[in-house]
Amino acid sequence: MLAKVYVTPKKAILDPQGKAIALSLHALAYAEVGEVRMGKYLEVQLTGLSHQQAEQRVEEMCQRLLANSVTEDFRFEIVEE
Amino acid sequence: MKWGIVTFPGSNDDRDAWYCLEAVLGQEAVLLWHKDQDLQGVEAIVLPGGFSYGDYLRAGALARFSPIMHSVVDFANAGGPVLGVCNGFQILCESGLLPGALVRNRSLSFICEWVSIRVETTRTRFTSACSAGECLSIPIKHGEGCYVADTDTVQSLTDNDQIVFRYVNETGAAERAANPNGALHNIAGVTNPNGNVVGLMPHPEHAVEALLGGEDGRKLFTSVFI
Repeated sequence: MLAKVYVTPKKAILDPQGKAIALSLHALAYAEVGEVRMGKYLEVQLTGLSHQQAEQRVEEMCQRLLANSVTEDFRFEIVEE
Repeated sequence: MKWGIVTFPGSNDDRDAWYCLEAVLGQEAVLLWHKDQDLQGVEAIVLPGGFSYGDYLRAGALARFSPIMHSVVDFANAGGPVLGVCNGFQILCESGLLPGALVRNRSLSFICEWVSIRVETTRTRFTSACSAGECLSIPIKHGEGCYVADTDTVQSLTDNDQIVFRYVNETGAAERAANPNGALHNIAGVTNPNGNVVGLMPHPEHAVEALLGGEDGRKLFTSVFI
């Protein structure tokens, strides 16, 4: 079982990295590019849990460590491998 | 007075803080290893600058779970003076001892320069030897020093006199041009409601001798024992 965790900067937080990436894409003539937000993607291997237990445990992991609630939002999906 | 300075894997200002306290200020100072829990009877603690755990995940995020941090949190909650400098400030925010967070500098550049900071409150354990509105010249060196917090948190920081330092220009004004990293309201340092835990991005331990460029940093330490 695998948890795919996506951590992204909150909308209210300035994301200078995303902004710099957007500027570079514009410099490459991708005029269609609007805002870019840069976050993190984590893959967490899990064993011995039911799907429901995994949801609860990963939610807790995100709150306690994987994301900082002041600056980041998170979402995740649990997939069978 | 006996001070403890915590060494995390990746700390690199722990010995500078030790030198500042022992050699310059004549205090007794011990290095506390992050895997220990025994605070060795220290009366004040410094969480030094550096790159604890390589800044993996987020700056300060992993150091927060070091065994010594359980003791540091208990010490702080019991009213013990704790100073977090740079990475130490990031660790204090991650551990919940201080509100807010530090994110990447708005310029995306690592900044190493002397800045001027204004003392906003003298009620903390680390600013009682300063006068309100006094400006101190102290260096910064960081890539992730942009202080952020939500609107409610900033309001409560203001209402409870918890903003300790702001970046200012040569005339002491907290204008935008004097803000090196994009920090909200030019905030360079904050404290907890009790005033015993203080975190700041500038490095007072690097400003304790004329040979190093200035002595203004001494006041943060002398505040605790004079």
